[in-house]
Amino acid sequence: MTSVAVDTDVAAYALRLGDDALVLGQRLGEWAAKSPQLEEDVALLNLSLDHLGAARSLLTRAGELDGTGRSEDDLAFLRDEPDWTNALLMELDGGDFGRTMTRQLLVAAYQLPLWQALSSSTDEVIAGVAGKAVKEVAYHLDHARSWVVRLGDGTEESHRRVQAGLDEVWPYAAELFERDELLELLIARGVAADPALLEPQWRETVEDVLAEATLTVPETTWRPTGGRRGAHTTGFGYLLAELQHLHRSHPGASW
Amino acid sequence: MSDYSAEGGHGAIPTSGVPSDEGGSKRSQPLWEVFVRSRRGLSHTHVGSLHAPDAHMALRNARDLYTRRQEGVSLWVVAATDIVASSPDEKDAFFDPAGDKPYRHPTFYDVPEGLTHL
Repeated sequence: MTSVAVDTDVAAYALRLGDDALVLGQRLGEWAAKSPQLEEDVALLNLSLDHLGAARSLLTRAGELDGTGRSEDDLAFLRDEPDWTNALLMELDGGDFGRTMTRQLLVAAYQLPLWQALSSSTDEVIAGVAGKAVKEVAYHLDHARSWVVRLGDGTEESHRRVQAGLDEVWPYAAELFERDELLELLIARGVAADPALLEPQWRETVEDVLAEATLTVPETTWRPTGGRRGAHTTGFGYLLAELQHLHRSHPGASW
Repeated sequence: MSDYSAEGGHGAIPTSGVPSDEGGSKRSQPLWEVFVRSRRGLSHTHVGSLHAPDAHMALRNARDLYTRRQEGVSLWVVAATDIVASSPDEKDAFFDPAGDKPYRHPTFYDVPEGLTHL
């Protein structure tokens, strides 16, 4: 464990990927016992567990490489809001089922080319996680596509609600494709995926589904951002409280 | 069409004369029977049922409900209303006659001495 050389850049990138997965997994988990049907309850929890599995490996990797020796649990349960580096899209309240499904569509359409690209990352742990996640996220995309098409091209009410959900989450997708200094550095090292190469495929997938679902691609110039720097939305504090309170109230408690 | 169909794998229900849930969940989320093939070379086996709006979603729900612990390599879903079931009233006529015919089982016969490769 301690023989791993410190590499804070790769650690920060693994943390971004891990935070994205853990926070979205937590949001999906909130659907437990609240889905429109029992079958969908299990489906959403399956998706949640896929994200949780990826998050565990990535947070462990981040803790190994950042030189602090923190475990996956330390990173998940003992960090405060400004230390989280997930994209804002992941933390948005799930809203109704239609909104949850549009967020699923936007995220899965992004993560599929992301994990495909990261399968050949020069960081072996990230590449390993990506290799497994590619298959999982291919199903996430299929699941989201199935629902968005059925809701969009369903009844008048389902169309109205899924379009409203899409309008709300859409502006947050732009943050997924932002580049900063860390990314430039890690793209050059072959560790990170280049968002500029992911965006065309994302757009094609999403627009294809939305067209089939008779939904309108929202027009907006508002580009909320800040998640990667730890500037989060109001609801994120409540998410962390629920995620962390057990561990913080009973340190060292185990199952 | 028979007067009986499958319901949740629990035998047979009449296809008419039962109170229906017009416009409710029964219509928008009909019942599907799920069959899983656990390994190559084995048959698909009935494992249970689920509700789904259409065949596409039924297959995905089946994947999520019945194969999350690596139970299978292939899935079938069949609309429960498409299954023709035998009637409980016909149980005696259908199945009892086989009861006193043990000679239909290979174990009824003694294997001749010296026979190999059976």
